[in-house]
Amino acid sequence: MRMLINVPETVVADALRGMAAAYPELTVDVENRVIVRRDAPVAGQVGLVSGGGSGHEPLHGGFVGPGMLSAACPGEVFTSPVPDQMARAAAAVDGGAGVLFVVKNYTGDVLNFDMAAELAEDEGVQVAKVLVNDDVAVTDSLFTAGRRGTGATLFVEKIAGAAAAEGQPLERVAAVARQVNENARSFGIALSACTTPAKGSPTFDLPDGELELGIGIHGEPGRERRPMMTSGEIADFAVHAILEDMPPRSPVLVLVNGMGATPLLELFGFNAEVQRVLRERGVAVARTLVGNYVTSLDMAGASVTLCQADEELLRLWDAPVRTPALRWGM
Amino acid sequence: MLDADFFRRWMTVAAASVDREAGRLTALDSAIGDADHGSNLQRGFRAVAATLEQEAPDTPGAVLALSGKQLISTVGGASGPLYGTLLRRTGKALGDAAEVDTGQLAEALRAGVEGVMALGGAAPGDKTMLDALVPAVDALGDGFAAARAAAEAGAEATTPLRARKGRASYLGERSIGHQDPGATSSALLIAALEEAAGTAEG
Repeated sequence: MRMLINVPETVVADALRGMAAAYPELTVDVENRVIVRRDAPVAGQVGLVSGGGSGHEPLHGGFVGPGMLSAACPGEVFTSPVPDQMARAAAAVDGGAGVLFVVKNYTGDVLNFDMAAELAEDEGVQVAKVLVNDDVAVTDSLFTAGRRGTGATLFVEKIAGAAAAEGQPLERVAAVARQVNENARSFGIALSACTTPAKGSPTFDLPDGELELGIGIHGEPGRERRPMMTSGEIADFAVHAILEDMPPRSPVLVLVNGMGATPLLELFGFNAEVQRVLRERGVAVARTLVGNYVTSLDMAGASVTLCQADEELLRLWDAPVRTPALRWGM
Repeated sequence: MLDADFFRRWMTVAAASVDREAGRLTALDSAIGDADHGSNLQRGFRAVAATLEQEAPDTPGAVLALSGKQLISTVGGASGPLYGTLLRRTGKALGDAAEVDTGQLAEALRAGVEGVMALGGAAPGDKTMLDALVPAVDALGDGFAAARAAAEAGAEATTPLRARKGRASYLGERSIGHQDPGATSSALLIAALEEAAGTAEG
């Protein structure tokens, strides 16, 4: 496996140095692994802190900036960050209105963010947490670690970030974030496994002519393997899986997300099929975003996330945002 | 009696053992997880060994508390908080005694394992590190060798289990047939206890 790296041990630090060089509007602490918007803390605004394993770029560091995250804490590849990082981020972004932790539902992320919340609260920072768990591929959540946090993280971070930017109080920003998560569902598929720098070979074997349904974003195998399907058939499968879990009541935000190695040409084609299925099912689409946002290293494949949005969520979605990966209106 | 030196030796032996077995732990983890267990623990235990060399805490409890804190600050993932809590709770239970006996260690380790259960919400049989740790603590009364054997048997017995906690749980039935990486590294930690004791006797 050929990778554009120096050595596996420094991939995260190297990427952070590169981000720092590309985005002077961010303060990147390479040693302590915290990315903070340069104007933090913003007095009177709730600080939004997220983080997780690296390998999902642009999530989360690419979403730091006005209108979205105040800070992001990247861990090692596919490994949640350590509590010291989030505690440091919380201290850096607390403008007196408290800090909201956006946590994807993985055992490691939950444990480390919980410990970080204790550390931050000991330092006098008020902390609230919201858990993102939108992946419908996890069906028997009673017998697993629960549904995984995937594509909906982008919706949560954007919409809660807009609420924070308006100066809404911590409990309100947290409530908005929870509302987004409760109204969002995702389903992902893989056409290839991914390769972590540390291991250097694919995380699972996927023979030619087969695809993996119901994957997460960490190169873990999915729940089911099938002979290769067309873009249209995959869209049918993914959208049906989501709608079965969440019969839509209002127009939806659509995220058609690439896993890292699928060309935009294919993603746009896939989006056309997703929109066809939604039309056939009578689901109104309010907004659509297509691109590589919540990735899994070099995995080929895509995920679909739908989020039911009332007028208030839609207004917050449309609000200005200026981050490396998402920017409009400012 | 076991003094601070013994506990420092336990940690350095564990670090060497994790170094040696990192590839195997990562291979087990790539079958049912995300292929990082070996490298994560390696980073953590190397940091533990380095800190203990610098700070040299002078009681068994302080050695384990410092080691646990260091794991939490360097490992990440679920294993950082879980192994960190195991050592911190065990250290706390040992108090500030300058020396402890095997019975006291067994009792303290049980408190540590209970801390892991409370934090992770897992129980024996869920295909986690507890499947090695719980039998090891039960057997510790019969000596370090018995604890080691119980931990290794416990780790091997995770193979036919279906994972109910952590990332392997997402695989459902497909997690069956693979030995749990967390139980495997827990068995290494217990085996290091025997090795540390052996070095002392020898």
